[in-house]
Amino acid sequence: MKLSDIENLEIDLLLEAIFLRYGYDFRSYARGSIRRRILQFMQMTGVGSVSETIPKIIHDESFFQQMAREFSITVTEMFRDPQMFLALRREIVPLLKSYPYIKVWHAGCATGEEAYSLAILIEEEKLAERTTFFATDFNDNALEKAKEGIFSLDYVQQYSQNYQQAGGKISLSDYYHANYGAMAIKSALKKKITFANHNLVIDQVFTETHLILCRNVMIYFNKELQERVVGLFHESLVYGGFLCLGTKESLLFSKYQNKFREIDTKNKIYQKIA
Amino acid sequence: MDNRTYKAIAIGGSAGSMDVLLRLFACLPKKFSLPIIVVCHLHPCDEGGLIEVFTRHAPLIVKEVADKELIQAGHIYFPPANYHLLVERDRTFALSIDAKVNYSRPSIDVFFESAAAVWGDELIGIILTGANKDGAAGIQVIKKHGGLTIAQDPREAAYPAMVQAAIDTGDVDQILCTEEICKFLQMLPVSCTGHVIEE
Ligand SMILES: C[S@@+](CC[C@H](N)C(=O)[O-])C[C@H]1O[C@@H](n2cnc3c(N)ncnc32)[C@H](O)[C@@H]1O
Repeated sequence: MKLSDIENLEIDLLLEAIFLRYGYDFRSYARGSIRRRILQFMQMTGVGSVSETIPKIIHDESFFQQMAREFSITVTEMFRDPQMFLALRREIVPLLKSYPYIKVWHAGCATGEEAYSLAILIEEEKLAERTTFFATDFNDNALEKAKEGIFSLDYVQQYSQNYQQAGGKISLSDYYHANYGAMAIKSALKKKITFANHNLVIDQVFTETHLILCRNVMIYFNKELQERVVGLFHESLVYGGFLCLGTKESLLFSKYQNKFREIDTKNKIYQKIA
Repeated sequence: MDNRTYKAIAIGGSAGSMDVLLRLFACLPKKFSLPIIVVCHLHPCDEGGLIEVFTRHAPLIVKEVADKELIQAGHIYFPPANYHLLVERDRTFALSIDAKVNYSRPSIDVFFESAAAVWGDELIGIILTGANKDGAAGIQVIKKHGGLTIAQDPREAAYPAMVQAAIDTGDVDQILCTEEICKFLQMLPVSCTGHVIEE
């Protein structure tokens, strides 16, 4: 057996153990990223091999928690890919305006920066009154941070610039209070979003949704899991509803490809047509 | 020349690597039967301009990687700016927006390590000029999995730091100048399993 085969065997066993012991299923995640995180975690904790981590994971829950934190990468930004938000404003908002009631689902919202970006856009486009906005993730720590809405000021310049490029109508600073080196999202905006735990691997559909944003989440899934999740989105959307993926993601390799129309190729905005 | 068959070529480059890559691509035969995957540190906002430049100079199909895309022989792939590139066991690409590694995204280490885990001893890793140390750890992993490791000759490299870091690991099999890398690529045995996809 090759070295890589042995290592894969070990990783299979570890992921199986995590699933059976704690119910978290990473078996259908993209192997490259998972492997990297396991190796990083081993380096951090000084465990010599993947196999050696298995008994520790099984018997020591805090050890697992530590690893789970390492597994969940929640890097995000406000108005990442401003062009996509601009396209939402220009191409999708006019279409959404025809609905008396709008349901938005932001899946994989991490610590909330992107969800607040979308909430700002909805506010500025005067859709807030009729919009219900759910933002979900399976990482409770990230969700807590999202609910707090307090972010480091380190990136504020980048965020403001993104906001302007995304067609922002006033100034990003109108949406937060700055204090103690942090930006605190104003409560009026926070109230517009319901943050909730939802695991894309096991949980069910959101019915009658008009707009779904799920960006840079499925890149971490393997093909099978991606298909499940796209299926979930397809079922959740109303006929004519919209799906926004990350700029480098696509439905190109999905069997659901024919059930969507590509509205904006560059910004990966799709519309359900079947 | 050994007569092992290889399944993929992974190239890492940074400052100064543009010229080297252009020379390497120009010397490739039209029916090159391996996929070539190049991770080089680009400007984070590059909108694919480089792909155009390389397309004009390479006899093969030059592509920016799409997530979950199947890796095909006879193609030269680049990751999109601002994403890490990884390989899956089913020979598809995966992207990631994980934090930068070695101040870089894409990082050569991230790619080399994942490629080594998939292709093992059927992988060739080539490290080119650059002003940092990205790729050195990746070269070690490729070697550990039995792959072949090549570094551009530091005397020829516009910025020798990156190749030197790789060489200093002790895991580089061959140190070659651009001319010699060209010859090496031209002489690679055509693997019978590597399928050339006709467009
Ligand atoms: C890299 S972040 C992307 C954040 C944001 N959408 C963006 O693009 O900036 C990926 C997020 O997906 C979440 N995620 C991963 N697996 C998940 C699952 N099975 N169910 C729900 N969320 C998941 C992670 O917790 C993380 O917050």
